[in-house]
Amino acid sequence: MEETLRRRMGLIRKAPENFLSPEEIDAIKQGRRDFIRKAFATATALAASGPVINAYGETVDPGKGDPNILNLPEWSTTLGMPVATRGYGLPSKYEAGLIRRQSPGLTQTAAASVSFTPLQGTFGIITASGLHFERHHQGWHEIDPTRHRFMINGLVKTPMVFTMDDLLRLPSVSRIHFIECGANTGMEWANVAVPTVQYTHGMISCSEFTGVRLIDLLEMCGADLKKGRYLLAEGADGSSMTRTIPMELVESGEVLVAYGMNGEMIRPENGYPLRLVVPGVQGVSWVKWLRRVEVGDKPYGTKDEAVHYIDLMPDGTHRQYSSLQEVKSVITTPSGGQILLDKGFYNITGLAWSGRGKIVRVDVSTDGGINWRQARLEQPVLPKALTRFNIDWVWDGKPAILQSRAVDETGHIQPTYGQLRKVRGTRSIYHNNAIQSWLVNENGEVSNVQVL
Amino acid sequence: MSKFSKTVIAVATAVVCGAAGAAKYEGIGRPATPAEVKAWDIDVRPDFVGLPPGRGTPEQGEAIWLQKCAMCHGDFAESNEVFTPLVGGTTQEDIKTGRVKALVTGSVPQRTTIMKVPTVSTLWDYIHRAMPWTSPKSLQSDEVYALVAYLLNLAEIIPYDYELNQETIKEVQNRMPNRNGMTWDHGMWPWGPGVKAGGIGNGGKPDVQGSDCMKNCKKEVVIGSNLPEYAWDAHGNLKEQNRVFGPVRGKEISEAAKEEAQTAAGRQQSMLDLAKQKGCTACHGVDKAIVGPAYRDVAAKYAGKADAVDYLAQKIKNGGAGVWGNVPMPPHPSLTEEELRSLAQWIASGAKVD
Repeated sequence: MEETLRRRMGLIRKAPENFLSPEEIDAIKQGRRDFIRKAFATATALAASGPVINAYGETVDPGKGDPNILNLPEWSTTLGMPVATRGYGLPSKYEAGLIRRQSPGLTQTAAASVSFTPLQGTFGIITASGLHFERHHQGWHEIDPTRHRFMINGLVKTPMVFTMDDLLRLPSVSRIHFIECGANTGMEWANVAVPTVQYTHGMISCSEFTGVRLIDLLEMCGADLKKGRYLLAEGADGSSMTRTIPMELVESGEVLVAYGMNGEMIRPENGYPLRLVVPGVQGVSWVKWLRRVEVGDKPYGTKDEAVHYIDLMPDGTHRQYSSLQEVKSVITTPSGGQILLDKGFYNITGLAWSGRGKIVRVDVSTDGGINWRQARLEQPVLPKALTRFNIDWVWDGKPAILQSRAVDETGHIQPTYGQLRKVRGTRSIYHNNAIQSWLVNENGEVSNVQVL
Repeated sequence: MSKFSKTVIAVATAVVCGAAGAAKYEGIGRPATPAEVKAWDIDVRPDFVGLPPGRGTPEQGEAIWLQKCAMCHGDFAESNEVFTPLVGGTTQEDIKTGRVKALVTGSVPQRTTIMKVPTVSTLWDYIHRAMPWTSPKSLQSDEVYALVAYLLNLAEIIPYDYELNQETIKEVQNRMPNRNGMTWDHGMWPWGPGVKAGGIGNGGKPDVQGSDCMKNCKKEVVIGSNLPEYAWDAHGNLKEQNRVFGPVRGKEISEAAKEEAQTAAGRQQSMLDLAKQKGCTACHGVDKAIVGPAYRDVAAKYAGKADAVDYLAQKIKNGGAGVWGNVPMPPHPSLTEEELRSLAQWIASGAKVD
């Protein structure tokens, strides 16, 4: 009992192999047992008697107890801050590491670049608005909502203009959906390139969006839905980003002209005051700072569907108008660049999603895909939204390869890198939905690997 | 609506906006005027619907290019400094076949715009709506024709004296090197009639399917790729990108990289960060010219001038043109006096980043 107490209070990484470098572990594997004796001696000396160092670097005397309990902290013994100290609340200062970050060298100018959501530290399915990933094509602006206008023209009886007043007067709907950049995981098509899940999968976010159904607005203008089977959506920023949108999705009522995100107005970086929401479709089609929609009878071949966001196949052709985000999942903890503190119980947690609809199952492997177990899907499980999965795992201190594999309601199963590359090669850049693998080595360190 | 006479409907259409939906949401929205539609409806489709009249030659385009485009894209649209190269990697044979061979062989590792773009309308539309980088939508139609012509000439699609206009551009479409290089036959546009019936996509059928095997699914685990050692250090100190509590900690990366990350953290309030935050670095590098001059070049130019800080602060605030070429620097009215002066001070003293 006393030893258990010492162990739990103290630094938990006590297993002797945790003091070893990979080289030393190799030496042990080659039969040089003296290493392990030395390591044991060190570990035992540290743990035998007297104070121990806990996981937070504090000195603890196991005979007395945890000083954080024995000596009341200042937050229990002093007056706290008044209401409205921060008119707009902020995360705790202890969360400062969990922020959007760029991948160095990915782009040469920060106005046409990406910042990634820190998936390694997020919970549930909703992405905090301040952590929503960014992708701008020509920088972002703070648009004055009183000067913003939304126009519908093209194959309509009457081209119309709406102010933000107009749009907020109309009946609204709120829907939870994921938005993923088509290039998410794009750096990893040919080989492992980046260390953590923030950079491998962080061009995805999930929010509750509030707005007007685009079909309602089109009907107000008398859109010719018989001839007009394509829409052009256009932004108000410098790039006036444009994409072709399928009328079928608009008619289904899924496409929104949204102003709300997670209970407040959409953030400027995400399209304030108006963005298109196109569930299941890659982020580039969710045109930000939306100023215009044109109803047309042919696709538009815009820059971002004729030069970028086209998928290069092994035969040298490009897939054009590849829009749907296919079934995909990733374990967010434990994940690359993290270190497990000790052997024992862990909750493997991650996210799954599909542009085709609901996630119906996620399987998790801890042996690199030889055997799989079905994970728990947490509620709510919504179509075209992130779904959180969890599964129990007891780490025995041996190397492990963690993988997740999602299945959507159409029966589409997430492929391995081997399966994906066999059809699409390695040059596609876009739409990499392969199974992600995280290697846990003997000292608890997790690294990004690709299992074929 | 059947109980109303046709006349009543006609009146309603004229007054309100033309459809059943409008009456439902009375008082919301209004018809757009023809001038408004003209001002915003700028898209040009692959079949050239929306293309305004105008003309330009590569020769005319070259002059505009050197003035407004070359600082980012290079004199011959080949630069990789700021953006990926626009021109290169295509051949006369590609122009004949409409398929870029280098895309098949992989012989040109970095795909240029001209290797990819199947439709010449895309070039016209995008340059017109989004270029130049810092003053989009400032080009006149003739200038856009001329710039497109210059790019096409660099790619040896048209001769130097070719006049590109509303008519000739249709001929040029038949010479685009990758005009036959796109496929719409895939599962990622599941909507509508599909490519065989004149639409896009194959009805949504996936091309890759995973396996649902649960037990003993393979004999061995083949690791195809590991994270290279240098890539561990390329994204800062991962320890600081994870919580200091919870089931895991972030990995402390090498000492050198850690120092760099710390220096970066120490620079958080630095002038370079302020410059980044205010968007200055979109156009100015510390020692590399991007759209505008490098800060160190600015410092060198005004070294020893007593009023350099005042002058630069005023320049940043009000913008200007002509000193470093003809690309105008836009005004920056949102900067405070304090920010203006400290940025000007920093630039004038050599834009030190440490």
